Amino acid sequence: MSNAESQGMSALEIRLQRESVLPDHEARRKELTGPHINTAKFAQPAAVAKPTPSEKKKKPLLETRALHKSYRKGRLTIPVLRGVDFAAEEGKITSIIGQSGSGKSTLLHLMGTLDTPDDGEIHFANTRIDRLSSRQRDSLRSRAFGMIFQFYHLLPELSTLENVLTPIMISHGMWRYWSARKQFRKRAEELLEMVGLSHRTTHKPRELSGGEMQRTAIARALIAQPRILLADEPTGNLDEKTGGEIMEILKRLNREQNLTIVMVTHDSSIAAQGHDIIRLTGGRVEKQ
Amino acid sequence: MEAAAVEKAEGLAMYKLILCLRYLRTRYIALASIISVTLGVATMIVVNSVMSGFAHEMHSRLHGILSDIVMESHSLNGFYHWEDELAKVKEVAGDDIQDVTVTVHVPAMLSMKIRDQWMPRHVTLVGIDPESYAKVSDFTQYLKHPANREHVDFDLKESGYEGDEGSPLRDAGWGHRRGKVMYERELEMQLSQFREFEETGRWPDQDLLRQKRITQPAPIALVDHEEEVAEKAILPPFATDPGAPPLPGTRPEELNKMANAELYDPNKKGSDPFSSRRGLPAESTYDPLQHQATGLILGIAIGSVRDRDQTTGEVKDYFMVLPGDDVKLTFPTAENPPKAMNATFTVTDFYESKMSEYDAAFAFMPLDQLQRLRGMIHPEHGTAISSIQIKLKEGVNLREATDKLRAAFPPATSPYRIQSWRDLQGPLLSAVEMEKTILNILLFLIIGVAGFGILATFYMIVVEKTKDIGILKSLGASGGGIMSIFVAYGLSLGIVGSGVGMVLGLLFVVNINAIASVIEWITGREVFDPTVYYFREIPTIVEPWSIAWVVAGAMLIAVLASVLPAMRAARLHPVEALRYE
Repeated sequence: MSNAESQGMSALEIRLQRESVLPDHEARRKELTGPHINTAKFAQPAAVAKPTPSEKKKKPLLETRALHKSYRKGRLTIPVLRGVDFAAEEGKITSIIGQSGSGKSTLLHLMGTLDTPDDGEIHFANTRIDRLSSRQRDSLRSRAFGMIFQFYHLLPELSTLENVLTPIMISHGMWRYWSARKQFRKRAEELLEMVGLSHRTTHKPRELSGGEMQRTAIARALIAQPRILLADEPTGNLDEKTGGEIMEILKRLNREQNLTIVMVTHDSSIAAQGHDIIRLTGGRVEKQ
Repeated sequence: MEAAAVEKAEGLAMYKLILCLRYLRTRYIALASIISVTLGVATMIVVNSVMSGFAHEMHSRLHGILSDIVMESHSLNGFYHWEDELAKVKEVAGDDIQDVTVTVHVPAMLSMKIRDQWMPRHVTLVGIDPESYAKVSDFTQYLKHPANREHVDFDLKESGYEGDEGSPLRDAGWGHRRGKVMYERELEMQLSQFREFEETGRWPDQDLLRQKRITQPAPIALVDHEEEVAEKAILPPFATDPGAPPLPGTRPEELNKMANAELYDPNKKGSDPFSSRRGLPAESTYDPLQHQATGLILGIAIGSVRDRDQTTGEVKDYFMVLPGDDVKLTFPTAENPPKAMNATFTVTDFYESKMSEYDAAFAFMPLDQLQRLRGMIHPEHGTAISSIQIKLKEGVNLREATDKLRAAFPPATSPYRIQSWRDLQGPLLSAVEMEKTILNILLFLIIGVAGFGILATFYMIVVEKTKDIGILKSLGASGGGIMSIFVAYGLSLGIVGSGVGMVLGLLFVVNINAIASVIEWITGREVFDPTVYYFREIPTIVEPWSIAWVVAGAMLIAVLASVLPAMRAARLHPVEALRYE
């Protein structure tokens, strides 16, 4: 630890790394660029031991305590979250369901460190993350969280493959990226193959259908080997059949790679496919 | 170590480069906004190169026939014992001085006879010692006769004066002089016949006239090509000119009467003041066919007019005098009050420094002759001079040397004015500098205006890209990273804009004369009138450093203009940016 401290890392980063929230860079790079790449292995960083079922129940991976958030609209303050206690257990699909304006997207954004709560705490892998500096949050987003959105949010200037590679490009310096670009590309191609888009790697997002774009977004969310996938209405903009395919991919990821998924939806049939279902009403969690 | 390396490397992440390049390729509106930068840079490069070319040309021409430093007496009469002052000058600044010479400067009136009129010109008559003056200034380089450029003297040359194709300068020299004198004599002879016929009613005896012709001294061949000279003497170039006018002045028969009358004697009536000379052989009296008066080197603009040919439109020099012609000079003697002194001189050469101001100002003659004519030779004090001309060694600071001399000869106590050539042309040089500075400021303002165009365009692009910025942030990109995308975008636009501008500007400069002639062809007007500017091609000098400054300045403006929008992009809240539609 003293060694790490001398290398200019903050105590928190060291703690995050030690608890495998932030992966050790070198180990991570080796793993990412190593000669034997097994797609199934990616979701689970090597440093983290596979949790036993008993541990799973005790330790939620992502947890909020008495979370408050309100938005200002002129002079009015509109409360969105009014004390949300939420826990997503490792290796499970947790659905958050609620009507429009119930605060489910806000909750997801807060958990994804895109926004800061007014009050309350957010814990990720036993570390409080709502008070992190913006740099630490950026680092967390690019390495530990994968996010997918209702409107896919792909960059229109980049091809499918480049979109998938974006998180890697963000978290790696140009030199590191350049020296390992072949492995990264290979991995991105494997991920696209997994979501069934290997024939569309050079297409721009505007040439893709909605389902294809969402699959690209999933591949992008997975490339940095996140510990948790945050999905904001992943099927909200798709028809039933395509949405079902997307859900199949997510369920397969959870099943095969033990990926923790938190999913926000207003569709109860989608929500029902998760292991745990949490209902948000008026900024509070409704007991089931 | 590892973590630190990662942080460092993040400053240079791949996504920034890729996005920056993609934006560059897909946002043509931004490229349009950079065109003004391109044009600004190109214009600045062209203007700077042309102005530098002009300034350099002007410097060399202004310096041209001037020495580096002139130490000039206030008085027109000059000063004696200049050897002492010269010794003092050498003592004070001997290490800086390469050569010195002394001259006499005096304002004078030059009278040229053109057809039947005497035409006056104001000149500054400069008495020089040709040997040492040639070392002090570049004056000899500009002379028209190659022998004079080698070694300047004041002797009229047989021929060989250099001029453009068809220029009368090519025929100037002894041949021209003899032809002209012969022609004038022949004309006089013919005119006298008509006058005699008019007066007496009969033609004069042709035998007598023939005899008169024979008694005139034959032209003496001074060079080998005797035949050619003789031919020219018999048929001078203007003999066939129908426009050649009769000679004015006293009628020749009256002159003859006066000459033969032996009437002048202040004491005794009927005595001949020239009787002592009448016995001498003809060669020893001044005969314009064989002798020249004191040599005079004129500025080309004194003896000629540069104008356009009415029919062809070409710029030509029209000469009023040529080497070989005699002119008269009137100048003050060195006494108080000065009296006017008249003397006849033979033009032996022209100089053309291409600086019209100088070419129309100076007439050079031998120093000793001027001293004699003006009465500047004193039996006890020796000769007087009016200025000391100094040439500095290579690399000596002009201002410092001038100041050193000024300190040694303080203006309050010594009767000299010490000036460098820059001081003499101070107002002109500073005007050119000023012009260049103001043009640069104005043109840089244009690039500044272009900067605001970039600013506005970038704001638009940031607004358009709000959602993408939100996406990048949700993927973990930092505000600084987003900002650097847009700043790098601005920088690359600046590089493209100023790079293209630089290439355009340099191409323009290289082909400026061709472009000028195309413009002339289109507009029918000359861009640079050679009668005004004294050069036929537009001079340009490409200064790499000034180009570097212009390009760097343009890039800086592009970057500065992109900083504000980039900061706005960096500050966008990810959630709000994602919601933006």
